[in-house]
Amino acid sequence: MKRDEEQSAILGRVLGPGAPELTCEQCFEELDRYVELDLAGEAAEARVPGMGAHLDGCPACAEDFRSLRDLVAAEGASGEGD
Amino acid sequence: MATALMTEPPEPAAVPTRSWVEDLRAPGARGQAAVADLHALLLKAARFEVGRRGALAHLRGGDEEDLAQQAADDALMAVLRKLDEFRGESRFTTWAYKFALLEAAVKVRRRAWQGREVPLEDEAWATLADAGAQAATGAESAELFAALREEIQHSLSERQRQVLVAVALNGVPIDVLAERLGSTRGALYKNLHDARRKLREALAERGLRVGTSGEEE
Repeated sequence: MKRDEEQSAILGRVLGPGAPELTCEQCFEELDRYVELDLAGEAAEARVPGMGAHLDGCPACAEDFRSLRDLVAAEGASGEGD
Repeated sequence: MATALMTEPPEPAAVPTRSWVEDLRAPGARGQAAVADLHALLLKAARFEVGRRGALAHLRGGDEEDLAQQAADDALMAVLRKLDEFRGESRFTTWAYKFALLEAAVKVRRRAWQGREVPLEDEAWATLADAGAQAATGAESAELFAALREEIQHSLSERQRQVLVAVALNGVPIDVLAERLGSTRGALYKNLHDARRKLREALAERGLRVGTSGEEE
């Protein structure tokens, strides 16, 4: 099972998401809106089509997404930000 | 008094939203204060990011702070330069934070790889060969990995192969590769995207099925 998962991970990294996706530039452009929609529990992927596939395919943009989401979530919890 | 009874009560905890764009463009002390406040926010975001990733780059406390300061300074310039592009589709702070997080993340990744060579193609072939040899799901997987090795070697342009091998197989951060090759994240991701599409098409032509989350085009 573990080997299957490893192989699947390698295939995923090599072949990518295989779905229409945004470019890195478009991803950065939409990142703040996408994060706020995601945190609000709204249909972020429907409002920003192709973002999810790009985050699956681009490790660097995915890290940027997680960082912004976690920072904004932490601020929301403490009532900061405007 | 009747009039007093008709007065609407103040909204509880209504905090006015700061008009960042106006404040940052204001002349004199108002503008300077806004820029200072923005820098403080960006520094907070940069410290958050460096704190998350600093261990990867084996940064000491002083180095972490230097890196966060540099990231905040660079992000401040980027935000002020792109102020016209803020469309108000998110809070201003969320929009501004992404610049600081990006600057900090790129700096940490590059610091982590400073002085390290980007792994050679040989290591990537070994990764693929191991995966094929260990194919627990049978001959189909072994055939798939063998085909993948061939197609990577023969179907891709040199640049596509270079980027695919470094980023997808050897785990080199794309920003580090961009710095080494004198390119950008966006340009290299385009190379990676094109390489992936070529490989998918080549595998499909061979009648090999790969799991996908959707079909392109």
